[in-house]
Formats: sequence, structure tokens, C-alpha cells
Amino acid sequence: MDILLQQIINGLTTGSVYAVVALGYTMVYGVIQLINFAHGEVVMIGAMVAFSVISSLAGGGLPPLVIVLAGVIAAIPACMVMGYLLERAAYRPLRHAPRLAPLITAIGMSIILQHLALLVWGRNPLAFPQIIDNRVFAVGGAAISSVQIAIILLSLIMMAGLSWFVYRTRFGIAIRATAENVHVAGLMGINADRVIAATFVIGAGLGAVAGVMYGSYYGIAHYTMGFSLGLKAFSAAVLGGIGNIAGAMLGGILLGLVEALGTGYVGDLTNLCRWPGAGEGMGWMGERCADGAHFVLFGSNYQEVFAFLMLILVLVFRPSGLLGERVSERA
Amino acid sequence: MSTVLLEARGIAKRFGGVQALKDVSLTIASGEIYGLIGPNGAGKTTLFNVFTGLYPRDGGEVRFAGAPLNLESPHAVAAAGIARTFQNIRLFGNMTALENVMVGRHLRTRAGVIQAILRTRAERAEEAAIRRSAYELLHYVGIAERADDLARHLSYGDQRRLEIARALATEPKLLALDEPAAGMNATETAALRGLIEGLRKDGLTVLLIEHDVKLVLGLCDRVAVLDYGEKIAEDVPEVVRSNPKVIEAYLGTSH
Repeated sequence: MDILLQQIINGLTTGSVYAVVALGYTMVYGVIQLINFAHGEVVMIGAMVAFSVISSLAGGGLPPLVIVLAGVIAAIPACMVMGYLLERAAYRPLRHAPRLAPLITAIGMSIILQHLALLVWGRNPLAFPQIIDNRVFAVGGAAISSVQIAIILLSLIMMAGLSWFVYRTRFGIAIRATAENVHVAGLMGINADRVIAATFVIGAGLGAVAGVMYGSYYGIAHYTMGFSLGLKAFSAAVLGGIGNIAGAMLGGILLGLVEALGTGYVGDLTNLCRWPGAGEGMGWMGERCADGAHFVLFGSNYQEVFAFLMLILVLVFRPSGLLGERVSERA
Repeated sequence: MSTVLLEARGIAKRFGGVQALKDVSLTIASGEIYGLIGPNGAGKTTLFNVFTGLYPRDGGEVRFAGAPLNLESPHAVAAAGIARTFQNIRLFGNMTALENVMVGRHLRTRAGVIQAILRTRAERAEEAAIRRSAYELLHYVGIAERADDLARHLSYGDQRRLEIARALATEPKLLALDEPAAGMNATETAALRGLIEGLRKDGLTVLLIEHDVKLVLGLCDRVAVLDYGEKIAEDVPEVVRSNPKVIEAYLGTSH
């Protein structure tokens, strides 16, 4: 059925963006057990920087691909510096403070960054300049655009690259060792400060690309976009088991799929006229549903509900997330 | 006596109202096996944790290899040349045995993010060398065949060996072993003893905390005894064994 396929394609697209953003949450959590609520704002700033660069270059005669690439290349270092500064200025001084202090600081940083973006870019959304010829391909009754293909491919490449980095390189081993036990890793000569800073910088770099992808998919970037994107990516990380890298990827994609499928079918499934029993039992309902009319209980405006509904269900039945296992292994 | 490797002066540590360490001073000579014994709660492990930068100290100085030891961060202590194992084994359980040892090699090699991503020729060569030397260390402690198993799947005795291999990977001058024989059976203890003697033969200095008094007195060149956070004796095993204060600390006095 083409609605099914279409929603799967849409879900994979947003899901892979969630997955890449979720990696930023999960890596930082894995190493210092901090939920960096400002990560969504870093992603937003990535999108804003890229959009500014792209808008200023658009119409200059450069090939569209070069312009977009320039935007991404400007956004990555900007976000990396932001991630580094966040850790250095806001979180490192609170490393040994009670856990609530850095958490509240993270929320504070999120607000500060949001309003910084408001001051710099204003309260109107930035539109993605129409420079790309967004071709649409037909796949078995559904449509997939070249932007969607690019987002899915790019996300897969980034996830594969990060997995390789974390599981196959020495610095990756140092990150995993620090995540398991920061004190013992220190005794083995690993400079915890460097590893922690690196996870912020890497997460922010991935987030920058994710921000550009998300913005170009919906065509706009706005100073508040980091909030809901960040919240969903955080949910994805928790869903997969926070601190677990493979879990963040799985959680992101699942969340995207559930959201898209839920949105695609909720109207159909909660259309009371579909269910004869419901319609016939009550007179006024029968009238309403006459002539094939619709009486939809929940529409696609309930999109946001599905992500969090799924999160709640997983947390009820598997509190440590789908792939999470370490609940208490602290020395 | 040969050259002094570690010299601690007046180490003090309080936990709230409890004086865990009171003015403890000791010197460890290069190349010796130095034993630290004492009843439960005497402060042995606390002293270890101070020496390795895990606990901030409340007083005292430590000199190591002729220079003041920076006790502010664990990785600085490791860089100076002190490596340790733990009484309650603390391996990276979700990493393989080989990876655990590779973590230890981190210190003596340059492992930067940039090089790791760019995958330069030098980086690849260094990583191969690390893998090889990590494997050799596993072989040295006798668990090479478990290299690719997750650390938490190893047997208890093998985990203790892996901890020693991981500590050795940092190329320490002083290896501090916190109750390495705890929970081991007689055969495992004998093998451990052989391993520690081999380490000394290879020029390493060993600081050993141990409950197994027989093992300590048989193995160590010199022994210090802690009781209620104070050093009550420090000498060769034969003398410590017959020290009345030590006997009292272990057996109690008759009132």
C-alpha cells in the first residue's frame, strides 16, 4: 500500500536525523552521565549558520551543491566550537557538583543559546533558498525526493563513521574506557578532560550536519527548532538505552518510523465512521457518518504524541531502554 | 640499600571524623617488593588511593623517582610511572581483554582525535604496534588465548591477571597490587607468586597489599604494618613477624 511505503520513507528520513542528533546526547551521557539539554540548540545554531551562508551565496552563480556544502562546512566548526565552549565554560566547573546542578545549567544554557540565536537571526524563520532542484522519484507507488535520499545516505555514513571511530580506533577505546569508569581510565593514563571535551565536539559536529539536514527537509530554520528536535532526539536516545551508541541509532530510526506511521494512520484508525458498531449505536453519529463523511477523533495534529507515547511505553516495560543494560555498575 | 623510588612523608587522610591515615611515612627502594599489611580497616587501601590520586590527601608529601609527585589527577600519577590494580577488580567489563590492555598503552603513545580520523600511516603503524604489545602482555600474564573475550566473561583468576597486564601496559616504574590473591585458590596463588617474582626479575618495583600474611612474608623484601591508620612497623619480614606490636595488632591483647 502506497501510504504505508510513503510513511516508511518519511519516517526513515526524520528518524535518521533524530538518530544523528541522539548520538550527541548519548555520547555525552555515556561519558559523564549528563543530559546536555543544550544539544538541541547547538543543532539549531548549525542550521542557522548554514542557512545564512547558503542564503548569502545563493544567486552568486555557484553550483547549488557547492553552496550547500559551503553551508555545512561553515556550520560544523561553528557547532564544534560551541560544543567545546559549553563543556569548558558551563559543565566542567560543575563536574564534581551534585548531579542536579549541571542538569539545571544545561537547561539554562539551552535558554541562553536560544535567545542568542533570537538576537542574531531575529524571530522570523529563515527560509531555505530554492536553489536545489529537488527531484522526486517514484518507488512502488510512493515518492522519495533527492533531499530525502541525501539525508538518509548522509546519516548512514555518519553513523557508520562514528561506530568505526568508537569501536576501531584507539581514541574510541579511550572514550569507551572513560564511559565505563572514569577513575580507572584516568589511572591508565587517559586524560578524562580531553575525552569529555572530544565527545562534546564530535556530538556537536554531527549535530551541525543534522541541523542542516532537518532544516533543508522542512525548508525553514527557526530559533526555536532545537527544542522539539532536541526533545525527540533525547527521547530516541533514552528509547535505545541512553549511553549506548547503537541504541541511539536504533531509537532514532524507530522513533521516526513510529511518528510517521502514527501520523499517517491515526486519522484513518480513529475515524469513527469506519467502525460500523460505533456509528450505528448512536443516532447522531449515524447521521454524521451518512454519505461517507468522516468523524475523526484524532488527526495528524497528534503527530507529536506518538514519539512520547512510545517513549513512555518503553520506559514502563524496559526502563533501561531497548539496548541499555547498565543500570547500576558504578564503583 | 639501592636508590629510593618512592618516598612518602607524613601522609594524612580524614573521612569526616575518622582519621584514616595518621602521619604515615615510608620509603620504597627501586627493585624491591614492598609489602603493606594490617588488619581490616587499617588504612591500606586508603593509602593506595592517596598514592594514585584517587583521594585528595589532607597532609603530607610524596616524592617519586626523585621529583615531587603530582597527586592532583590520576592520569598525572600514571604518567609519572605508578600503575595499580584494585582489590575489587575494576576492569572495563564490556571491552575485550585485548582492548583493556590497549587502554593502558594509551599513556605511552600519542593518540589524538585528528590522527585517528585521518588514519595517517604513522597512526596505523603505531596502532598495530600497540595491538602487538598488548597481545604480548596478555601472553606474559598467561591469558593470551582469551584476548578477544569480553573482560566480564573471564574467570576470576584471569580477571586478576588481566588487571595486572593492563597496569603493566602503562610501563610503570612502580606496580601497586591491592590484594591480588584475594579469592584465589592455592594453585592460583602459587601462579600469582611466580608472576610477581618474574616482575621483580624484570626490574619492576612492586608495592603489595595483601591479607595472605604467608604470601607477603614469603615474597616481600620489606614489609610495613598499618594499624588504625598508623605505621607500627617497617622492616624485613623476619623482624616484622616477631614484632610484639604487630602480633598485638593482629591477635589483640589479653586483658
